Amino acid sequence: MRKLVASAIALAASAFVAVAPTASSAKTITLCWAAWDPANALVELSKDFTAKSGVDMKFEFVPWPNFADRMLNELNSKGKLCDLLIGDSQWIGGAAENGHYVKLNDFFGKEGIKMDDFMPATVLGYSEWPKGTPNYWALPAMGDALGWTYRKDWFAKPELRAEFKKQYNRELEVPKTLDELTDIAKFFQGRDVDGKKVYGAAIFTERGSEGITMGVSNFLYPNGFKYDDPKKPYAMEGFVNSAGAVKGLEAYKALYKCCTPPGYTDAYMGEGLDAFKSGQVALQMNWFAFFPGLYKDEKVGGDKIGFFVNPKGPAGSGSQLGGQGLSVVSYSPNQAEALAYIKWFANPEIQKKWWSLGGYSAHKAVLNDPGFAKTAPFAADFLVAMGQVVDFWAEPSYAQLLLAEQKRIHDYVVADKGTAKEALDGIIKDWTKVFKDDGKL
Amino acid sequence: MTGNHIPDALANRLATATPPKLAARVRGLSDKAIAWLFITPTMILLLAINIFPLIWTIRLSFTDFRANRTNAVVKGIGLDNYTSILTDPDIWAAMQSTAHFVFWTITMQTLIGFTLAYLLDRKFRGHGFWTTIILIPMMLSPAVVGNFWRFLYQPQIGLFNYIISFFTGVDPSSFEMIGSVTLAPWSIIIVDTWMWTPYVMLICLAGLRSIPDYIYEAAEVDRASTWRQFWSITIPMALPFIMLAVLFRGIENFKMFDMVNLLTSGGPGSTTEVASITLKREAFEKWRTGFSSAFAIILFVTVFGLANIYVKALNQVKSR
Repeated sequence: MRKLVASAIALAASAFVAVAPTASSAKTITLCWAAWDPANALVELSKDFTAKSGVDMKFEFVPWPNFADRMLNELNSKGKLCDLLIGDSQWIGGAAENGHYVKLNDFFGKEGIKMDDFMPATVLGYSEWPKGTPNYWALPAMGDALGWTYRKDWFAKPELRAEFKKQYNRELEVPKTLDELTDIAKFFQGRDVDGKKVYGAAIFTERGSEGITMGVSNFLYPNGFKYDDPKKPYAMEGFVNSAGAVKGLEAYKALYKCCTPPGYTDAYMGEGLDAFKSGQVALQMNWFAFFPGLYKDEKVGGDKIGFFVNPKGPAGSGSQLGGQGLSVVSYSPNQAEALAYIKWFANPEIQKKWWSLGGYSAHKAVLNDPGFAKTAPFAADFLVAMGQVVDFWAEPSYAQLLLAEQKRIHDYVVADKGTAKEALDGIIKDWTKVFKDDGKL
Repeated sequence: MTGNHIPDALANRLATATPPKLAARVRGLSDKAIAWLFITPTMILLLAINIFPLIWTIRLSFTDFRANRTNAVVKGIGLDNYTSILTDPDIWAAMQSTAHFVFWTITMQTLIGFTLAYLLDRKFRGHGFWTTIILIPMMLSPAVVGNFWRFLYQPQIGLFNYIISFFTGVDPSSFEMIGSVTLAPWSIIIVDTWMWTPYVMLICLAGLRSIPDYIYEAAEVDRASTWRQFWSITIPMALPFIMLAVLFRGIENFKMFDMVNLLTSGGPGSTTEVASITLKREAFEKWRTGFSSAFAIILFVTVFGLANIYVKALNQVKSR
C-alpha cells in the first residue's frame, strides 16, 4: 500500500513538473472574426504560428448577423476579449479615431512590412485611415469582393440554350452586362428544370444589418453612382442621385421583383447560399469568400457551378468591396504576441498557404504569381473583381450612414415606398445630416 | 399595537440561539434600526440598478454623448434631442406601428382569452388537460417562437401558407406574410396573439372562478336569463381581472422587441419598425447615446403616464 501511495505521489509530482513550465510560459492570444468558411481555414493556418512561436491561439468567431454588434460593443467598452481583430473594412475610420486599433506604421517600418506588397485596393479599403494617406491600422488579411455564381450545368442544357436563343437572340452564356444578367434571371424564373420549379436569382435584400446596401451597390456603381464629388468631398448632390444611379436602383428593384424566389424579402449571404445549394436558383450574388466552399459542394459544386464578376453597366464596371484587415486591439494586454502574429501572417510563404487553404490573400506575391489565375476556377475572376472594387463610407459614423441607406433602399425595393429618385434623395438628406453632425459639412 | 414586536417567548428563543455578543448588540437596536438594517441592502441594490441608471439616462438625454466615441468632448445640448425626436417623421411612424401592434394584440388577446376562459370555466370532462395544452405557447421562449414562426410563414415550405391555401384554394407561394407590407404587421400580431392569449386567459379564468356561485343562484331564482347573467354578473365581476390582463399585456407589448426583431427586423422597409426596434438601432447600431436616452425617457414617460391613468380607472372599477 505504501508503495502504491508513493508511486501515486511520484506520478502526480512528475505530471505537475511536466505541466507547470508550459502553463506558466505559454501565452495565449485571442483572434476575433466572423464565423464563416475562411475562419476555419485561418484556424488551420494558425497552427503553424503556434508551432513556430509557442504562442497558443484562441478564436472567437461570431456569426455575421451579430458580428458588428458584438465586436463594436467589445471595442467601445474597451474590452480585452480580442488581442487581434479581423474587423470589417468600414470600421477602420471609427476604430482609428476612437483609439480601438494600434497604429501599425512604426511596427511595419521596423519589421520591413511594406504596404506596396499588397494589392492597392485592399490597402486603401482595409488599412488606411484617413483614406489615401499612409496611416495604417490593419494588415490586409482577407481580400474579398462581390461576385456571382451560376448553374453551369443548366446553362449547358441544349433545350434551354435553344429556347434562350430563340427568345433573346443570343447564346445562353455568362452575362456581360447587368441587362443580360436580368434577362437570364427572367428566363429561368418559374421554369421547370430537371422536374423542379426554379427561380432566377438570389440577391441581397436583408434589412437589419448591411445586406441590401451591399447588394444594390453592384447595380449602382456600374450605372454611375458615386458617394460624393471626387473634387469636393461630401458633396453628394448629383452623384448619389444621378440619373444613372436612379436607373441602377430601378434595375435592382426590377430584378428583385421579377426573378427572386418567393419570400426573398430579407435575404443575405446565408439565404443566398441556401437557395443556390438547394438548386432553387440559376444565379447567385455572393462574396468570393464563399466560392471555395461552393465549388467543393457535392450537389452543386464542381462541374455544375460557374463564377463570374459583377457585369458591366452603362457607366462601366464596379463591384462592392468585401473583406477585412487584421488589427491589434489597443486594449489587449498581449500586444507583443499579437504583433508577432501579424509579422508572421505578412510573410509571403504564409500568404501562399493562406490562399491554398481557402483564405483570400491580398499579397502581391500570391496574386501576381503567373500561375495564380489557374489555381482555382474563380481565381481569375477574383483578380478582375478586386481591380474594380468600390467600398462604402468608412467614416467613424459609417453605421449611421449604412442604416440610413438600408432603410431608404429597403423601403423602395421591398416595401414599394416612393420612387428610386426619392429614395436616393432621402439618402442624401440623411447622410448630409450625419456629416453636419460630424462637422464635415 | 404590538404588531411590530416579536413575542417574548420567540425573542427569548432567538436570543438563546444567537451568539451572546451578537444577541447583545441586536438587543440594543431599536425596531426601526433593525428594519433599516434589513431594508438597506435592497435599497442600495435598487438605487444601483434602477434609480442611478435612470438618473444617468436623464442626464445623458441632454447631451450629444456617443458611447462609441469615448474620447470626444461631451456637450450639453439642452432639449435638442427631445425636439429632434418629436419632430422626426420616422419616430412618429415607429410610434404609429407600435400603437397599431399594441391595439390589435390587446383586442384580439382579450377577446380570445376571455372566450377561452369562459369555456374552460364550464368544467367539462378533460378541462384540466385542455387548460395545460392552451398554456404551452406562453411557456416557450420568444426567440424560439420567433424563429419557428419565421419558418411557418415561409411561402415555399411554410405550414401557415399551406393551411391558408387548403382553406382558400390560393397558391401557397402566392402570398408572403412577413414579406408583404400589408400582411407583415398582421403576421406579428398573429404570433403575439398565439403566444400570449393563454396568459390573458389565465387571468380571466382566475377572475371567473372568483365569482361566488350564490350570485348566479340568486340570479336564477330571479329568473335572469343566461345572457342577462353574463352582462350583469360575469362581465362586471370579471372586469377588474380583464383590465389587469390588458394592463400587463399593454405594457409588455409597448416595449415588444424580440419577436419583431426575429420575425421581420422591422421590415419590409420600415413597416413593422416598432419603437423598441428604432430605439435599439439608435442606441446600439448608430450609437447616438444621447438621442436614444431621450427617446427612452419619452417612451418611459408615455408608458408610465398611460399606465397610471389606467390604474386609476382600474381602481374605480374595483371600488364599484
